[in-house]
Amino acid sequence: MDFEFTEEQRLLRESLDRLLGDSYEFAKRKAYLAEPDGFSRAIWAQYAELGLLGLPFAEEHGGFGGSAVDVMIVMEAFGRVLALEPYLATVVLAGRAIEHAASATQKETLIPQIADGSLRLAVAHGERQARYDLSDVVTTATKTGSSWRLDGAKSVVVHGGSADKLIVSARVAGDRHDPDGIGLFLVDPAASGVARRAYPMRDGTHAADIALSGVEAEALGEPGAALAVIESVTEAAIAATSAEAVGAMETMLNMTVEYLKTRVQFGRPIGDNQALQHRATEMMIAMEQGRSLAMLAAVMVDDEDAAKRAHDLSTAKVGVGQSARFVSQNAVQLHGGIGMTDEYAVGHYFRRCMVIEHSFGDTGYHLSKLAQQIG
Amino acid sequence: MDLRFSAEEQAFRDELRGFIHDNLPTDIRDRMRLGYGAEKEDTIRWQRILNERRWAAYMWPKAWGGPGWSPIQRMIFLEENQLANAPDMQVFNITMIGPVLIQFGNDEQKKRFLPRAANVDDWWCQGFSEPGAGSDLAALKTAAKRVGDEYIVNGQKIWTSTAHMADWCFCLVRTDPNAPKRQMGITFLLIDMKTPGITVRPIISIDGTHHLNEVFFDDVKVPVAMRVGEENKGWDVAKYLLGNERTGIARIGKSKERVRTAIEKAQDVMQNGRPLIDDPTFRQRVAQFQVDITALDITNLRVISAHDKNKDSGKPDPLTSVLKIKGTELLQSTTEMVMDVGGPLSMPDWAAELQALSNEPELGPAWPAETTRGYLMLRAASIYGGTNEIMKNIVAKAVLGF
Repeated sequence: MDFEFTEEQRLLRESLDRLLGDSYEFAKRKAYLAEPDGFSRAIWAQYAELGLLGLPFAEEHGGFGGSAVDVMIVMEAFGRVLALEPYLATVVLAGRAIEHAASATQKETLIPQIADGSLRLAVAHGERQARYDLSDVVTTATKTGSSWRLDGAKSVVVHGGSADKLIVSARVAGDRHDPDGIGLFLVDPAASGVARRAYPMRDGTHAADIALSGVEAEALGEPGAALAVIESVTEAAIAATSAEAVGAMETMLNMTVEYLKTRVQFGRPIGDNQALQHRATEMMIAMEQGRSLAMLAAVMVDDEDAAKRAHDLSTAKVGVGQSARFVSQNAVQLHGGIGMTDEYAVGHYFRRCMVIEHSFGDTGYHLSKLAQQIG
Repeated sequence: MDLRFSAEEQAFRDELRGFIHDNLPTDIRDRMRLGYGAEKEDTIRWQRILNERRWAAYMWPKAWGGPGWSPIQRMIFLEENQLANAPDMQVFNITMIGPVLIQFGNDEQKKRFLPRAANVDDWWCQGFSEPGAGSDLAALKTAAKRVGDEYIVNGQKIWTSTAHMADWCFCLVRTDPNAPKRQMGITFLLIDMKTPGITVRPIISIDGTHHLNEVFFDDVKVPVAMRVGEENKGWDVAKYLLGNERTGIARIGKSKERVRTAIEKAQDVMQNGRPLIDDPTFRQRVAQFQVDITALDITNLRVISAHDKNKDSGKPDPLTSVLKIKGTELLQSTTEMVMDVGGPLSMPDWAAELQALSNEPELGPAWPAETTRGYLMLRAASIYGGTNEIMKNIVAKAVLGF
């Protein structure tokens, strides 16, 4: 039992907070949002310099051999400022898919490019009919000679519009819900037959729907048993976004407490009211309970016991989702009218938490999963 | 960072679990499983068994008859004891007066009282609250006037749990009514309950049992040697005591045991022709508790580990207030769930009838009725040790800076 960060982790946290403190002042963030892909390429390059983009990958593949706890530290810092860069899409989702599915040669090619910032990726797994069911894949992959061709459609692919390469899941065998017969494929978005339509999500980050029609693709490893990889990628994403939500909750709580202390009505700060003090305290409790579960998620995400791992990640997803919803709704409520404005930061944190909650299985989905395992 | 228990911690847990399994008297275990509270005799029997191994005073140092466990070992001990349906340690003896005497008592007091408290040779109760001093403890009025080598105590305490079975009472009394701050005129006394002038009157609580009391002091003579710490410095002692009280108050092991019991009972209870355990609404309720308990478990460990690191700072972690709030909420709501599993059988209050021999129609089972009694009694959990609203005031002030 040990809750301490190592010296290296403390340094990581400090240098991140320094970088983000300078570059992620709220007005600057608005400018990044207005860039074509909804994030700052300049800051992406700084992440590469800082070693963040190669952080979780094995050293033998050109990474820094970091742990899920390191990723937790990074994501929490991102959550505090609502960083917009495609770290989750490229490093956590695509990176893990490559580490778990790709051949040695593919890893040697792709991971160093991720680490140096030259390759941004997106994982195109979700389909419109699938909701949160990971095995619900109808996009097909057909082998002709030595090459694969993909047909189908992917929906709400985060950063899918700007990614240099896509990792696409497709069925090589079996029916719609069959856990077997799914493969992962590397797709060049410039290839013929790929149509991408990008749009912003409610939190301002970009996503795309992607249509695939006879698209030539390179298999990532041996296609057929990719569901386990997709599950592992989803678990890593849950751990990462849980930490991000904790960071966002931290900022929302701080902003709210500060506002309660400075906003004067009836001749005194509104924070003099016990009802509001108690609400802020309940927000803090929710945040700390969420933080505990984000820690659990980070520690469990690489555990070898698959059943326990899935159970604990679902637990974290439920608890963090509920905490974040409580904290963000009350952050807006306690700010009053200003909390409703697009100009003010708190509503942006609110929307990010809302998007996180509906990613990778929402609270109801995971609670129902846990409920099925009782007894 | 690693949230898993180390091999040593796991071995420690296994040792405790094995010992409790082999040594907890089965009659006590069986009654506790049904939801009965521990009787005084149950607590004494079990605590003496543990005290033979010096485990009963689980949070005391070795020098004074405790095991000298680390905070994490104490947490494991409490959890295993609660999971096994064993009686809790006598809380006033072990988590309150013991640590207070170790910290503030003189040698004579320590030697006289600590071994007897560990072995429950003395049963202690707590004389803090008064009719006009509940959450606002510093408003207390019970007066102690020094005359020679004695204090003459006059006044009234209320909500005094187990006073009717207690040998001793640790009390907060006002020794300086003119102190510039109310907190500065309070003294901490140890009072023998057999002293003339003490009257104990029962208060029957909503669970139908006699647990609480009013205690009246009428010219009660207390030797000055029974004062802990300096005169008018009793508030410091009280604050220290309350900090300890709130630490153990989360009782996560008990909430886990309640969830386990709900699952177990729901296999037998039928609803619409199927076991209740198959009902998705019930399953979701259980799942939600498991999520909340897991979160609190880790929060608890975070507090313990921070305590381990900052134990010399002497300041209680403000997160202990969070533990108190969430811990009591969960204990109340998990108990509520077990009661709800009992359904209509949760309504009867037939404890006395169940004990009686009779040829009349058979009654039972006992567990829903006893769970309901526990449910009623546990409404106090968010009131005692500082109401949860007072806890929120503390967090708002100490953590959020209001």
